[in-house]
Amino acid sequence: MAMSIFHRATGVALYFGTILLAWWLTAVASGPGAYSIFSSFIGSWFGRLVLFAYTWALMHHLLSGIRHFVWDLGYGFGPSEREGLTWAALIGGIVLTVLIWIIAYAFGGGR
Amino acid sequence: MSDKSSSKGILTPLKRVRGLGASGSSATADFWWQRVTAVGMLVLIVPVIVIVMMLLGRNQAGAGQILGTPIVALLMLLFVVASAFHMKIGMQVVIEDYVHDEKVKLVAILANNFFSIAVALAAIYAILKLSSGV
Repeated sequence: MAMSIFHRATGVALYFGTILLAWWLTAVASGPGAYSIFSSFIGSWFGRLVLFAYTWALMHHLLSGIRHFVWDLGYGFGPSEREGLTWAALIGGIVLTVLIWIIAYAFGGGR
Repeated sequence: MSDKSSSKGILTPLKRVRGLGASGSSATADFWWQRVTAVGMLVLIVPVIVIVMMLLGRNQAGAGQILGTPIVALLMLLFVVASAFHMKIGMQVVIEDYVHDEKVKLVAILANNFFSIAVALAAIYAILKLSSGV
């Protein structure tokens, strides 16, 4: 199924996205100056777009990874099951991403 | 059949010496660890998201204080280590699938190792520094 490439593509995106994670942690460890540079990037519209895409890539990769676990265990190989798992990962990834951002804004938006 | 290599499968002696056969590579271990780290991150993803949420909108001092808390630091360290192994193995699979020029492949695999280790160490160093409070 062509959708399998999404698992790889999101994996590769997350690979380079870890730069963001390392930057964030080293910025906090470095001090207020470094942290304000990181904050102004991640707070910009472009930074938020990157973070939103990162969230989606993570959620999709996670769900389609679970799908691979189901296959590893020998289940879900029927034609409709296969399609169902793929759609569940695709739709579930989008739903979880939106949910996380709603919670994030509700939580952190006030600070 | 008196040929000594006949009992060792179809690999030529040269191929076996280079360690390119299935028995000579780390492919099985990679397959296993890719799944071990995946399960680990599956368990850790909710706490990690909660930690990130706790840090949203905080200043550097506040963020550092939370990240330096033992339980938070430990969860983040576990996640970083699992991620680094997982992404190193995953990228190696992608490289081996799509890069066929041996020299380019070698450089790509080297770069993959260096990148994964560098990202992991940067994150680990930052977490440990925040934990020690200096």
